[in-house]
Amino acid sequence: MNFDKLDHHGLDHRGTFTPRPGAAPLTRQVAAQAAMESKLMLRNGEQLLLAVVIPVIVLIGGVEGAHHITLHIAHRAVDEFAPGVLALAVMSTAFTSLAIATGFERRYGVIKRLGSSPLPRSGLLAGKIGGLLFVEALQIVVICLVAAVLGWHPHPGYLGAVLAVVLGTAAFAALGLFVAGVLRAEATLAAANLIYLLLMAGGAVVLPTSAYGAFGNVVKWLPSGALGNAMRSAFISGSTNWTGLAVLLGWAVLGTVLTARTFKWE
Amino acid sequence: MDVRGLVMRYADKVAVDALDLTVERNTITAVLGPNGAGKTTTLETCEGYRKPQSGTVRVLGLDPIAQRRDLLPRIGVMLQGGGAWSGVRAMEMLRHIAKLHADPLDTEMLSDRLGLADCGRTPYRRLSGGQQQRLGLAMAVVGRPEIVFVDEPTAGMDPQARRTTWELLEELRGDGVTVVLTTHYMDEAEHLADRIHIIDKGRMIASGTPLELTRGGKATTIRLVVTRPFPPGAPESLRKALGEKTEVTVLDEISLLVTGPADSSTLAKVSQWCEENDVLPESLTLGQRNLEDVFLQLTGRELLP
Repeated sequence: MNFDKLDHHGLDHRGTFTPRPGAAPLTRQVAAQAAMESKLMLRNGEQLLLAVVIPVIVLIGGVEGAHHITLHIAHRAVDEFAPGVLALAVMSTAFTSLAIATGFERRYGVIKRLGSSPLPRSGLLAGKIGGLLFVEALQIVVICLVAAVLGWHPHPGYLGAVLAVVLGTAAFAALGLFVAGVLRAEATLAAANLIYLLLMAGGAVVLPTSAYGAFGNVVKWLPSGALGNAMRSAFISGSTNWTGLAVLLGWAVLGTVLTARTFKWE
Repeated sequence: MDVRGLVMRYADKVAVDALDLTVERNTITAVLGPNGAGKTTTLETCEGYRKPQSGTVRVLGLDPIAQRRDLLPRIGVMLQGGGAWSGVRAMEMLRHIAKLHADPLDTEMLSDRLGLADCGRTPYRRLSGGQQQRLGLAMAVVGRPEIVFVDEPTAGMDPQARRTTWELLEELRGDGVTVVLTTHYMDEAEHLADRIHIIDKGRMIASGTPLELTRGGKATTIRLVVTRPFPPGAPESLRKALGEKTEVTVLDEISLLVTGPADSSTLAKVSQWCEENDVLPESLTLGQRNLEDVFLQLTGRELLP
């Protein structure tokens, strides 16, 4: 820019569009981004199905079904299932919803557009995490209410529960972003749903690893099994499952490294 | 804004080839060229999306990559397409971008100005192409930037929306904003721009005010269309017949363009040449030289295919 050729008359003029640039405070930007992310997630029918409807159906179906079949579980069905379904809800939002939403954001140029706005990448990431935690809080409220109606009597260990949700979110979000970063939007949609279904059925999220027999020793190392076990420990015995939390931390680190190496914002 | 010796390559293709480009503050500057000329690539290096492979880029005196965080709040960017969630409502999107800025414009006023008031609650995916573009422009200016980059702002717009967009861009300049736009519409560049840079195949081929480029609007043209293909050696013999003051550009096998003083003597020489060469003119059109002709003369190709 040649400052010696400034039009001083133009600068003195105060019009509608007279430049007055500046970024909003970062906290306000992140709050706006988090509000937007959660609003869009809750508005989307498929995402809502994934976030609330499927977990509630699994919870009711699981508790009712347990009356008719024999499962290798040590506690009342609702006491086993409710924490497992909370884990499922975290997985659906932090992994599947995030991956799909991010995949389509890349496709539609949203991330590119935000890339030229004052919101930095770190702020975008913080906004996404804020949005996830808000949606998860709503899911947890709904699931706890349904579980209470089904006769759930939890003995919550708050430290273990909060750590499980936070580390579970970190692990699944990092893996979700990895998937969204390397695949096209449609492939992300398919992969994120497929992985969700496989982990729901065989990943020891809803059912304890004991229900999987010898295979349980394998699945407890998956993020799904680790999160499920950590949630069950927290709500059944009120204890903190450090092994499960350490596994989640490991997946979070692995996912972050993979994402940092491969993710392209556009 | 200053671009010096910019080089950008994709795989084996050179998109921008040693480009120099200066934009003065408080002007509308058009970067004109056909699709694939390197316009968007050049703009994206100014917006900090791409790192120059060679050369330097400075916007408001800042390096768009190294000083990205200082620069971004001060610029507004309108992308060629997209840039919004498919399920987001138009006004919701505009308000969201506004919230990222310290001192944004009034979003209601802005949407009224751009004729978006009726579709404020419409999800982005259901907006028409023109509405999506006007929303893109609104998002670019809502943060009160010092410089806005608009990439093909009116491509595919209806004439009404096009006029609204032009008026807004002119008002921005009036209020002290610098506007850099890319376009492949020569009438858009001619109407809006204080300065036009014509680029082709990643190179700057001409640069100046609209009047300078069209030679003060005085230089005129004669377009000759004939019934049968020209005989061999036709352009050379016509050039000889007309003298040095005129230029002859062959458009295709039955038409050519004569640029120079299109007075009665030149016209007489053209018709005499037709008679001598047994060429039957179908039409002889007199016209002012416009940017389309400038481009044609510089590249031998039409701007719009």
